[in-house]
Amino acid sequence: MKYVILIHSNPAAWAALPPEEADRVIGDHFAMIRELQESGELVTQFGLADPETARTVRHSAGSLVVTDGPFSEAKEQLLGLFVVDVASEERLVEVSSPLAQYAVVEVRPVMVEAGDEM
Amino acid sequence: MTLDRSIEDLLRGLAPQVLGTLVRRSGRFDACEDAVQEALLAAAVQWPQEGVPDNPRAWLVTVASRRLTDHVRSEVARRRREDAIATAAALAGLVATGPDADLAPHEDDTLTLLFLCCHPALSPASQIALTLRAVGGLTTAQIARAFLVPEPTMAQRISRAKQTIRSAGARFSLPPPDERADRLAVVLHVLYLVFNEGYTATSGPEIHRVELTTEAIRLTRDLHRVLPDDGEVAGLLALMLLIDARRPARTDGAGHLIPLAEQDRSRWNRAAIAEGIALITETLRRAPIGPYQIQAAIAAVHDEAPTPEATDWRQICVLYEMLERMTPNPMVTLNRAVAVAMVDGPRAGLDLLARIDSDARIAGHHRLLAVRAHLLEMAGEPAAARTAYRAAARRTTSIPERRYLDARAARLAGADPEGGSLDGGSLDGGSLVEAGSRTAAAARTAPTGQPAGPANRADRP
Repeated sequence: MKYVILIHSNPAAWAALPPEEADRVIGDHFAMIRELQESGELVTQFGLADPETARTVRHSAGSLVVTDGPFSEAKEQLLGLFVVDVASEERLVEVSSPLAQYAVVEVRPVMVEAGDEM
Repeated sequence: MTLDRSIEDLLRGLAPQVLGTLVRRSGRFDACEDAVQEALLAAAVQWPQEGVPDNPRAWLVTVASRRLTDHVRSEVARRRREDAIATAAALAGLVATGPDADLAPHEDDTLTLLFLCCHPALSPASQIALTLRAVGGLTTAQIARAFLVPEPTMAQRISRAKQTIRSAGARFSLPPPDERADRLAVVLHVLYLVFNEGYTATSGPEIHRVELTTEAIRLTRDLHRVLPDDGEVAGLLALMLLIDARRPARTDGAGHLIPLAEQDRSRWNRAAIAEGIALITETLRRAPIGPYQIQAAIAAVHDEAPTPEATDWRQICVLYEMLERMTPNPMVTLNRAVAVAMVDGPRAGLDLLARIDSDARIAGHHRLLAVRAHLLEMAGEPAAARTAYRAAARRTTSIPERRYLDARAARLAGADPEGGSLDGGSLDGGSLVEAGSRTAAAARTAPTGQPAGPANRADRP
C-alpha cells in the first residue's frame, strides 16, 4: 500500500544543529533511502527548498493572486516528503523512525483509483 | 512499444514454458529468468519485422540459452580467481545442448514456476511482481505501470525477490506433497490479489495499464488446466469470471461506481457468466467444498438474477453462513449482515453488525461504516445514515468509493433529522454483498500469516 511520509520541521532549529549532528541525521536519511531503493519500496522522495522560497498561488475575488512565502504560518514547515509502497503499517512506522529526528513525521495513505461497489 | 496483439499473446503464453525448459537444464532460476526476459524483448522487436519463426518456442529457448551463456561467461571472467572450476562446470552444463526431448514443454512447468514465484519467504507484493514477470511474461515496465510505481522500483523488487528465493534454498521442483495444499493456497491468494488489484474503476489518468483482471484470469485458467481436479482452483476461476462479467456495467462513463442493484444487467458479459456458472456447478458436485467455491456460488446467485428484486437472498444467507463457519472473519459477517437485512429486514442486519463492532480487525473500517449507512437508510433513519456515509467516505482510500459515499450522503442532505420516512431509497444491499464476497476472499490469511489486500485495511483501526 502506498503512503506519503511528510516531514515537518522548524527550518531555523534544523539550521542551528551542530554540523556533525546534522551530518549524522542526513546520513540516516540517506541510509533509509538506500534501504527503500534496494527493497523496491521507494516510489519517490524529495527534500524541499527552504520555506522562504515558497510562493502561494490562490484565486481571490475572481483573480489569481500570487504571494511570496509559504501557505502555513506555523514554525513547523513541510521540509521533505517520501512516497513509499510498503506491506504494513508496522513497516511504515519503522521507515519513518529515522526521518522523524528533529522533525515530526505525518504518514497518510495515498488514494487509489481502484474501488468496490459500496 | 505497441506490439501486435497476437504476437504478444503468443510470447506471454510461451514465457513460462521457455523459462521452465531453461531452469530444468541449469537449475538457476534467477539467471534464467533474466535471460528469458531478454529473449522475450528480442522477439518483441524482431518478430513483427521478420515474421514469427516456424518454431517460436525453440527460437526463444535458443536465444535465452545464448543470453544465459553470455551471462555465465562474464561471470566466469569476473570470478575466475574465486572458483574457476565450479563456474566452468556450470558453463559446460549450460552450453551443452540438451536432447530434443528436453525442449518439449513440461505440463508441470507453469505450476512449478507458480509455486516458486509464490514462495512463502516473499512478501505478497514481491510474489505478485515475480509471478507476473516469470509466469505471466509481462515486462518490468508493464508491471510497474500496473502498480503505479517507477520502473526501477519494480525492477529492484523483482531482483530482491529472486535473491530471497535463492537464499531460501528454493528449488525448481514441485513442493513435497505434505506442503502442497498450503503452498497452493498461497498461489491462489496471489492470483486473487492480482485480480483484485486490476478490478479498478475505469476512471483516472492511468489509461495504459495492463489489464490485471484479464491476466489473473488467464493465469488461473492455466492453473486450472494443470490441476483440473482441484475444487478451489476451479472455484477461484469461476469467482473471477462471475465478478469480471459485471465489469462493463459497474462504472459509468465518468468513472463513477454503480451499485449492483442499479447496474444495467444487459451489459453483463453473458458468456463469462455462463462459463462461470457451469464451472462452479460442476465443481460443487464433485469436489470438497472450499471458500472460493462458496464465494463463486454467491456471485453466481447474483449473476443469475434477471433483476435485483429477483435475487435469491435466502440462498445467499445460507452460503454466507457456510463461509462464516469455514473462515470466521468479521468481513464475512459484515457481508452476511447485508444478506440478513435483505431477508429479515434492516434491523436484523444492524443487530448483526453490533456483534462485530468491537472487533479490532474491522472497527472503524470504511466498509463497516458504509454497510451501516445503507442499513440505516433502509431502516428509515436518514440522518444517522448520512453521518455514517460521511464517516465511511472519510475512511476510504479509494477515490471512486469516496465519491460514491459522499454522493450518497448528499442525497440524504435534505432528510428529516428526526428520522422520518424515506422515499425512494433503493435497496442496493446487493452491491455490498457482491463487493464483500471479493473482500472475503482477500481477507483470507495466507499460510504465511500475512493478511493481504483489503484485509490489511480491515486490520487497522
